[in-house]
Amino acid sequence: MGPAGPRSGEPGSGEPGLSEPGPSPPGPARGIDLAALLRTGRGEYLGLGLLLVAVLLLFGWTTPRFLSLATFQSMAFQMPELGILTLAMLIPILSGGLNLAVTFSANICGLTAAWILQTLGGPDAGVAAFTLAVAGALAAGAFIGWAMGIIVAYVGAHPILVSLSFMIFLRGVGEFLTRGGDISGFPAFVGEIGHGTVLGIPLPFLIFAGCAVWWHVLLGRAPLGFSIYMVGSNIEATRYSGVDTRRVLTLIYTLSGLMCAIAGLVMLTRFNSVRVGHGEAYLLITVLACFLGGVDPFGGFGRTASVVLALVILQVISSGLNLLGANQHLATALWGSFLVVVMVARFVVLRLRAGPNPGA
Amino acid sequence: MSGHERAPTPATTPATAAAAEAGTGFAGAPPALRLAGISKNFGGVDALVDVDFEVAPGEIHCLAGENGSGKSTLIKIVSGVYQPNPGGTIEFGGRRYEGLTPGAARRLGVQVIWQDLALFPHLSVAENIAFERNLGLWPRPSRRREMRRTARAMLGRLGFELDLDQPVQSLSIANRQVVAICRALVAEATIVFMDEPTASLTQSETRALLAVVRRLSEAGIAVVFVSHRLVELIEIAERITVLRDSRRVGVFEAGRITHHRLAELMTARALDTTVHARDRAGEEVSLEVRGLGRHGEYEDVSGRLHRGEVLGLTGLLGAGRTEFALSLFGMTRPDAGEIRLDGARLVLGSNRDAIAAGIAYVSEDRLTLGLVQAQSIADNVTVTVIERLRRLRWFIDAERKARTVGDWVRGLSIRIGTPEDPVTTLSGGNQQRVVLAKWLATTPRVLILDSPTVGVDVGARAAIFEIVRDLAERGMAILLISDEVPEVYHNADRILHMRGGRIVGEYRPGETSLETLEEAVYG
Repeated sequence: MGPAGPRSGEPGSGEPGLSEPGPSPPGPARGIDLAALLRTGRGEYLGLGLLLVAVLLLFGWTTPRFLSLATFQSMAFQMPELGILTLAMLIPILSGGLNLAVTFSANICGLTAAWILQTLGGPDAGVAAFTLAVAGALAAGAFIGWAMGIIVAYVGAHPILVSLSFMIFLRGVGEFLTRGGDISGFPAFVGEIGHGTVLGIPLPFLIFAGCAVWWHVLLGRAPLGFSIYMVGSNIEATRYSGVDTRRVLTLIYTLSGLMCAIAGLVMLTRFNSVRVGHGEAYLLITVLACFLGGVDPFGGFGRTASVVLALVILQVISSGLNLLGANQHLATALWGSFLVVVMVARFVVLRLRAGPNPGA
Repeated sequence: MSGHERAPTPATTPATAAAAEAGTGFAGAPPALRLAGISKNFGGVDALVDVDFEVAPGEIHCLAGENGSGKSTLIKIVSGVYQPNPGGTIEFGGRRYEGLTPGAARRLGVQVIWQDLALFPHLSVAENIAFERNLGLWPRPSRRREMRRTARAMLGRLGFELDLDQPVQSLSIANRQVVAICRALVAEATIVFMDEPTASLTQSETRALLAVVRRLSEAGIAVVFVSHRLVELIEIAERITVLRDSRRVGVFEAGRITHHRLAELMTARALDTTVHARDRAGEEVSLEVRGLGRHGEYEDVSGRLHRGEVLGLTGLLGAGRTEFALSLFGMTRPDAGEIRLDGARLVLGSNRDAIAAGIAYVSEDRLTLGLVQAQSIADNVTVTVIERLRRLRWFIDAERKARTVGDWVRGLSIRIGTPEDPVTTLSGGNQQRVVLAKWLATTPRVLILDSPTVGVDVGARAAIFEIVRDLAERGMAILLISDEVPEVYHNADRILHMRGGRIVGEYRPGETSLETLEEAVYG
C-alpha cells in the first residue's frame, strides 16, 4: 500500500475530514527529528511534537482566527471518528496485518444500535433502550472482528484478503438493509451526547481519549500487547516460544472490531443518524495516520501516543487549511506530498542510523 | 554497488610479479586467483584481517576454518558481493581488479555454489542448467532445443546423465549439486567455490561428487572446496588454506598434514579429545519414547533420556532428527507410539503443552525460529514466560521482568549493551545464550538443543557446552542434536545415530572411537 491520495470531498462526515494537506517540513533538520520516530520513543515524540508546534505556528501566523478556543473545540469534535477508527486499524497493523473493514464494521455496528433503538420506541426510547443499543453495537463489532480473526488465525488467509472480503460483505449487507438511505429518528438525548461537552471538552473527544488510554495501557503494559508486537515481528518465532499466536490474532481482530463499534456509536450520536458509507473516506487515512505516527508498515513497532500525536497534527492541518479557504483539491495534493516527504525523511535517516550492513 | 555494466578495468598489473609470488610450485601460469592483504570489517567487527589466498588454475584448493572464521566473507569478496577494505589486492589470472561487482566477478569466471544451491525447484534440470542464458534486459524466445543441448553437453562433461525434463525438486541432493555445477559450467567458470557441498551427502554420494570435482580440475577449472570434514578435505585437496579468527593461519600441502593437525590449526587448541561422557543409566528416566513414529518423517523411535544425562542424537541432514525433536516439543503430532515424561504419558496438543510439562526446544534456526530478531534482548528473554510475570492479573510486572532479564544476562554471562537493544546487535554466541536464557527461564526439566552451535564462534561454542554440562550436572535431561559428530562425541554421555528416520545405533564415547562413529554416520 502506498500513500494513496485520500479521496477528498467525500462528504463522509458532513464536516471536513482530514483530507487536506500540510506544509512540507522545511529542510533536513526536521527530517532527522521525524526519522528518529520509528525506533526510539523519545525521538519520536520530539519529532512529532516539533512538527505539531510548527504547524500550529504556521496556521496561527497565517490565519488570525486560528488560535482560538472555538477552533480547538471544533477540532476536538471532528477528530474522534477518525481517531477511534485509526485505533481500530492500529493493532492489526502492529501485528503485521490490516483491517480494511473498519469503516463498514463501524456502520454495521451503528446500524445495530439504530435497529435496537427503533425497535424499542424510536424517538421515545429511554436510557435503558439506549444502553441496550450500545451493548448490541459493541457485541456486533466484537463478533465481526472475532469472525475475521478466526479466519486469519486458523485458515491462515492474509488479513488484507480477509478484511477486504468482510468490507465488501458488510457494505452489501448494510446497503441491502438500509436501501442506501439514512436511518434516523432517535431520542433527543442521543444527539446531546454527540454534541455535549464536559468542562468545555467535547464528549466524543473524551471517549476517544479514553480509548487511546486503553490502547496505550494494553500495548505498553499487558501481556497481550507484548504478544502483539512479537507476533508483528516474527509470528513463527513467537509461536515456537509458546505464545498462543492464534488466540493473539483472534483477539487482535476482536478488539479492532470492538473499537469499530465505538466509532460507529460516536458517529451515530454526532449525526443523529446512520448511513452505510459514513466515514468511508477515512479508511486509507487511518492507515496513513498510523504510518505518520511512526508505526512500522511491516508490523512489530509503533506506539499509541505517537499515533495520537499524528492524528492531532493531521486535524490541525485539515482545520487550518479549511479556515484558510484553500482549494480542496490543491489541499489534497499538498497533504499527499507532505506524507511522501515524511516517509522519505524517515527512511533516509533510518538508513543512516543503521550504518553499514553487517553481512550474513 | 555502483552498478557498472562493463567489465572492470585492470589496474596496473605486473603479471610477472604475481607469478613470482606464487612460489609454491606453480611457477609458469599466473594463479587463477590471488588475494593479498585483504581485510574486511563490519562496523567494529573484523571479518577478515590481512588475508592472502591463492589458487592455481585447475587446482583443487580447500578452505578450512570453523564457523565464523571468515570463509564466507572471503568468498563474498571474491564474488564481488562485499568490497574489501582499501589496501588489499585481488588478481585474476595475474591482472589486478578493483571495485569488483557480482556481475564483473561472474564475467571473470567466478562461480559460487552455496550450500542451499539456489536452484529453482519447480523448473526442470535443463531449465536450471541453462538459466543464465535466459537472463538479460530484452525478452527473447527461450529455445527449448538449444537449452536441452546445452544441458546435455554440460552433464556430459561431468560424465553424468540425468532426465532433463525432471523438476529439480524431485532429484536427490547429490544430483541437485551436479545441476548446480553444470550451471556454473554454462557460465564459463574458471574458478568454482563450493560451500560445504558434502554436508548432506552419504559417503558414496560424496565419492561421486569428489570425482566430479576432479573432472573439473582436469578441465582446467579451479575448485575451492569449503568443508569441515577434515578427512575428505585432505583426500581431495592439493593445498589447504586454514583460516582462524578472521586471519590466515597458513597454506599446507594436503599430503603432508594429518586431520588432527588441521583441527588444531583451525581451533588454535590442542584438539579437545576429552570425552565428557559419564554413565547416567542409574539415574531416573526423565523422558522416554516408545515406538514413536510420524509418517514420512521418522519411525519406531524408542529410547530413554535420564536425569542429568546429555544424550547425543546425530545423523546426516534429513535423517529425521529435527522432525523427531519437533514432535517431542509438541509442534507436530506423532501418529504412532508414545512419549512419557517422568513415567507419565504425555499427549502434546501444542508446544504450549510441552513447555508447561517442562520441555524446552532450542531451534536449529536461530534466525527465524529461535529469536524474534528485531525485538529487544529483554523481550526475547521473557517471551516464553511473559504470562508468568503478571501483576494485578492484567499487567506485566515491569520490575519482575527487568529482574528476570538481569538475572539471566548475568547468569549466562551474556555480553550486551542495554536490555532494550535489538537482539540483532549481539554476536552469534551471545544470541545463542539469549535463546538459552529464554528457555531456562521456563525452568525446563528436559532441554532439547538442536544444532546449538550453528553460527557460533569457536570460542563461544566451548562456553555454551560448559553451560550445558553445568545444567546436566544439576539434573536437567538434555537431548543434544547435531550433525557435527565430533561435537556430539565430546559433549554427550551417550549417542544415538539416526538414519532415514530410524535409530540405527547407540554408542558410548568412551567405548567407541570418534573415527568409528564418523565412519558409521558419514559412511
